Amino acid sequence: MSEEHGQRREIRSAVAYQKLMGRYYAGAKSAGKDGRKVAWITSGGPVELLHCFDVIPVYPENHGAMCGATRMSVPLCEVAEERGFSRDLCSYARGDIGSAITKGGPIGGLPRPDMLICCTNICGTVLKWYEELSRLFGCPLFILDTPFVRGTSSEHAIAYVEEQMREYVAFLETHTGKRFDEALFEEVAAKSIRSISLWREILACSEHRPAPMNCFDAFIHMAPVVTLRGTDEINVYYEQLLAEMRERVQAGISAVPEERHRLLWDNIPIWYEMSALSGLLASLGACLVADTYTSAWTFEQVDVADPMRTFALAYTEIFLNVNLERMVDKAVALAERYSAGGMIMHSNRSCKPYSLGQYDNAKAFTRRTGLPVLILEADHTDSRQYGRAQAEERIRAFVETLV
Amino acid sequence: MYVAGVDIGSLTAKAVVLGEDRRAVLSRALVYTRWDAAAAGWAALGEALADLGAARSDLARVVSTGYGRRKLDGSDANFTEIVCHARGARFLEPATRTVVDVGGQDSKAMALGPDGKVADFVMNEKCAAGTGRFLEVMAHALGVDLAEFGALAVGVADPARISSTCTVFAESEVVSHVASGRPRAEIVAGIHEAIAARVASLARRVGVRDAVMMTGGVALNVGVVGALERMLGHSIAVHPDAQFAGAIGAALLS
Ligand code: SF4
Repeated sequence: MSEEHGQRREIRSAVAYQKLMGRYYAGAKSAGKDGRKVAWITSGGPVELLHCFDVIPVYPENHGAMCGATRMSVPLCEVAEERGFSRDLCSYARGDIGSAITKGGPIGGLPRPDMLICCTNICGTVLKWYEELSRLFGCPLFILDTPFVRGTSSEHAIAYVEEQMREYVAFLETHTGKRFDEALFEEVAAKSIRSISLWREILACSEHRPAPMNCFDAFIHMAPVVTLRGTDEINVYYEQLLAEMRERVQAGISAVPEERHRLLWDNIPIWYEMSALSGLLASLGACLVADTYTSAWTFEQVDVADPMRTFALAYTEIFLNVNLERMVDKAVALAERYSAGGMIMHSNRSCKPYSLGQYDNAKAFTRRTGLPVLILEADHTDSRQYGRAQAEERIRAFVETLV
Repeated sequence: MYVAGVDIGSLTAKAVVLGEDRRAVLSRALVYTRWDAAAAGWAALGEALADLGAARSDLARVVSTGYGRRKLDGSDANFTEIVCHARGARFLEPATRTVVDVGGQDSKAMALGPDGKVADFVMNEKCAAGTGRFLEVMAHALGVDLAEFGALAVGVADPARISSTCTVFAESEVVSHVASGRPRAEIVAGIHEAIAARVASLARRVGVRDAVMMTGGVALNVGVVGALERMLGHSIAVHPDAQFAGAIGAALLS
């Protein structure tokens, strides 16, 4: 018996998305000519302040995802491995170092940084990775250290991070020669809150049954909230996407042609397998309705009245910087809100902070929700760590056991 | 009329034929898969039918499972090995709550609910440790026929230690045991312990509950079954049709 491969329904706004991201990368690449500065920043870093100083933020992790999705990561990782970087190091870091050296990748590498902004709220890897970049490019590095949160963040932890936010401002003043404009910061903060809440509303559309978009769509359309939050263009774009999703909900249009199973996804996508996995799940009538990853950019703590402190709090409490119990709470809450019937966890060889504890999380999740969990071993961009036949077999078996 | 289940694995293809009431296995056959999964599946089914003096036109339904299941053009449906082995194991032993299946290129453990539904399952990681392939490589390294491998280790008091989980490295450990003059039975027993250790950790991950049933070709190896029983502290049921559990499950799901 042959199986038809279900088709993912294309999102109209994807055209606007392509333009937006195209403009963004073109702008970043021509920054030098335009007399603007470029900062490389970690995905969980406070980007809003860069916009206040007219510095263009560039995200090696987003670039890493692009390299992964275009299946260009492995040769870049090999460049870093030949230089002695261990294969146990996150493949975003290896790929980025490889690309920085060779200018390889789908867009010919990232524009040279004038400065580096490293926030440790996502992992400890970024610390050494950015130090390496700083040596490689000979440019200044700012490190924002966010203490790990068990339960809730302590008063002194927030004060410590807020103090560093002020040092960050001073660092930017020094390296751009511009003065900090508090009013502008409030404006950017307001726009950032808008970006984040639009994104939250877009994701919430999938609470509807059938879901108008799935995680594979979200993995793509999340790029603006990661890279451009706090700017006007992203808000215009997200308003359009939100309208389209609401239209779909009204019309009963689903992301997956026949949605029979609603599942959660945990961890970073397996970028090089996006289309194969999306086709497979669609053919099985399974829709990934929500995930712990894209929803990491939906924090609610920021308040325009006190942006410095509330950003300090929001960036300290992001998903990867909290204890396992809070991670499970989040997965359980998503399962309830999105009426999910199970969860697929990607045990990501690269990302230790995301993957460590997953077996315990899976058990706790099942205990609290009664829902089954499938753990898939892979790596977000190093496809050498992935066995397609085995992974697909596990997914098929998992979906069969759901009925 | 009859119904049939065909399980096309990496090493062997198995077929069983049941009556339409699906109450008993009337015939069974096994052939080597080699390079053509579909041909092997049909060949196994052909043999099973011939045993009954029946023909393909006597089959109401054919359901396939195993790695090659989707290659079997003309089958009415296909299901993954997980659900098929679970169904097959329950058929062979209705009290089954834990199924350990060790096949040619993968091994898996399943926890079944009281109703026989699969509650959880895990499969081996992307490597040959803890699979039939591991045994095959080791039997070859020792120049022993795979069919006699299990019995060779019975009664060994001091199994050789094979500590590497990697098949290639484990093979070189075996070679060095041979070179140091270790008796062959002790090495064979060590190999059984190594494979059992990998499989036991899979079984523990889903939680071991009685009755435990082992399915797949490796279930016929008394050495591995014995080592696994000791490690899990549970007795393990093995049915003479263990190797056909997947095909039986497929036929039951037809
Ligand atoms: S280890 Fe994880 S959090 Fe850190 S850079 Fe890699 S993917 Fe990002």
